[in-house]
Amino acid sequence: MINLEEIKSFLLDYSGPEIKLMEVCGTHTSTIVKSGIRSLLSKNIKLVSGPGCPVCVTGSRYIDEAVKFAFSKDYTVLSFGDLLRVPGNEMSLSEAKALGGSVEIVYSPMEAAEKAINNPEKNYVLAAVGFETTIPAYALLLDNLIECKISNVKLLTSLKSIGPALDWLCENESDIDGFIAPGHVASVTGVSVYRLLAEKYRKPFTVAGFEAEHILVAIYDLVMQIVKGRYEVHNLYKSIVSDKGNEKAMEIIGKYFELSSAYWRGMGIIDSSGYTVRENYRDYGIEIPVREEEISNKSKGCRCGEVITGKIEPYECALFGKGCSSTNPVGPCMVSHEGTCGIYYSMYG
Amino acid sequence: MCVAVPGKVIELNGKMGKVDFNGNVVEVNVSLVDVEVGSYVLVHAGYAVEVVKRELAEELSNLFADLEDVL
Amino acid sequence: MGNSQKITMVHGSGGSATRKLIQDLFHKYFQNDALDKMEDAAVLDISSEKIAYTTDSFVVTPIFFQGGDIGKLAVCGTLNDLLVMGAEPKYLSAGFILEEGMDIRDLEEIIKSMALTAEESGVKIVAGDTKVIEGSGGIYINTSGIGLINHKPFHTSNVKPGDAVIVSGPLGNHHACILSHRMNIKNAISSDCAYLGEMVQNLIKANIEIKAMRDVTRGGLATVLNEIAESSNTTINLTESSIPVDPEVKSFCDILGLDPLYMANEGKIVCFVSREDAEKALSIIKNSRFGEKAAIIAEVSERENVPVTVTTRIGGKRILNVLQGEGLPRIC
Repeated sequence: MINLEEIKSFLLDYSGPEIKLMEVCGTHTSTIVKSGIRSLLSKNIKLVSGPGCPVCVTGSRYIDEAVKFAFSKDYTVLSFGDLLRVPGNEMSLSEAKALGGSVEIVYSPMEAAEKAINNPEKNYVLAAVGFETTIPAYALLLDNLIECKISNVKLLTSLKSIGPALDWLCENESDIDGFIAPGHVASVTGVSVYRLLAEKYRKPFTVAGFEAEHILVAIYDLVMQIVKGRYEVHNLYKSIVSDKGNEKAMEIIGKYFELSSAYWRGMGIIDSSGYTVRENYRDYGIEIPVREEEISNKSKGCRCGEVITGKIEPYECALFGKGCSSTNPVGPCMVSHEGTCGIYYSMYG
Repeated sequence: MCVAVPGKVIELNGKMGKVDFNGNVVEVNVSLVDVEVGSYVLVHAGYAVEVVKRELAEELSNLFADLEDVL
Repeated sequence: MGNSQKITMVHGSGGSATRKLIQDLFHKYFQNDALDKMEDAAVLDISSEKIAYTTDSFVVTPIFFQGGDIGKLAVCGTLNDLLVMGAEPKYLSAGFILEEGMDIRDLEEIIKSMALTAEESGVKIVAGDTKVIEGSGGIYINTSGIGLINHKPFHTSNVKPGDAVIVSGPLGNHHACILSHRMNIKNAISSDCAYLGEMVQNLIKANIEIKAMRDVTRGGLATVLNEIAESSNTTINLTESSIPVDPEVKSFCDILGLDPLYMANEGKIVCFVSREDAEKALSIIKNSRFGEKAAIIAEVSERENVPVTVTTRIGGKRILNVLQGEGLPRIC
């Protein structure tokens, strides 16, 4: 059986044709940078980050809507820490708060229910952003709200499904040879969506966990597959991910949410790639009509869209570290802890 | 996208449970997984996403065995 | 003082209520020659060539936590700041800003704690002030301190390629302890709040040349190492697997997406010694109070294009930047 040292040797010494791999999970991006994995790969293995940060792929209009609610007399916006400093076309939620807008931080969707019960006179808008790993948490929140007859919380949704985005990338970015598939999304959705993509585009997908070893082994697996012309889906995170995923979680997602088209920064509008609150629960959701978005003057020069789709690496953006830094972000990729630019900046400077 | 950590279920109370992460105890919604006290679960955003199916201590050796199986 | 009495604006008026508060609390616990004189300023006999002088303010909530309280923090924090300059702390001042509504019993506990910590550390609190403002029962403390310097001061310009870096114990405990209260996560993590005088005295007595020393507070180890690398024009190479972190703290960090390298400590120092002195210095620290889990974690090299690098657990290499943003816990 091969061991880690042999895998490391192989990856460092690889001198075959150039291979480009993409990972599509912000937490994978973070582990890769934190473990210094790129320093262990040969120059011929290129690793790019994809649209794995739900905050980053959300358009600026979403933030504008949230900011409107923050300044609205009757509402308080609840948001995760990450989202606070993401710039909208006018300002971020954090700036809105400093100007007197009503914004509070929460650490889990469940907290929204607690706040609503403890403050029945307030109306809350929860900035609900996430992929399939987080969507069940919002569904459980809705369960709770309905059961306890709480009506002073609404979800402002920007919920997305990674599968259609992967499809778009395979269609439009043909130079990606293989994908490190997101481990925790797969634990909810199962692995079948990657099978369809692998067959359709003849590219391998390997589901990986979140330790450095998981990722190195996944990279090795992908390189070996590519070199041999294979395009299979390998699950290398079996302790958490099963073929079918978590069916109860998918069921509760389906109970409250339905697929709809959604706007992705850097990719445009993609069909059936977003989740919105179902008709019979519409009282709990606030929908923003989907539109193509352009980069505002305020964010001129922002190339987040190209970073998210793996076209460029953060340091190739002229603003990286110059006009755009963690203290003064121009785009969401620099702000979010799962954002590629933010991660690169915090670890590379 | 997914800061998620494995912990041990130490108490169950219907939909909710107490999960211990090396001495840190958090209330977690366990309604989407089938667990008993003593199971390990992966927790994200206040809910248990999945049961950890194999011994965490053997994760790495299992990983290499899985690799061997597929390649 | 009475059972459920609260601080009110009257206590801050400067009149009889103020005098009573000072007599019954501050003066009762902070007794010494200088303070007993109750004059406008303390007159001190300082017999050394140089003194070190520092100030810090403490605004932490909760004010009582596992392992300490805001008072103990206010004393240890300022004393450690003096210590890491190579000074022997001698005198402190303590200024209090109290919000109306603060429980007088709590105030008494904090003052007692400060008095005890000062006494154990061999320093005197010789000047003080109290103000009362409107609010909701909070307390803010400023301490400033004087220490005597009787030998070559530690300065980062002494740091040279080849030097070893020692951290006196596991990282992140204080920060994790405070956050645990706020985040509703139940654990037994204790703040590491402590005065490290004995440890540093032991090193000096053993004639170890201390090139530079810092306490690892806000911004964490990462920020401190970057500062030292910049000011000494060197590169510091950290070995990830040698950094001590308690398992409970590590898991706490994992849950919240935090990194121990960026978390605040209140009883940890990092010190730079020569390669030759490293093992001996480590042994001395490990045998001193609060230093049992000390470790050599990095070595200094010629300046490369970045100040601090990390050799990761898996053998990769990356850069360690200073703290960006606020270090808010993340979820997703």
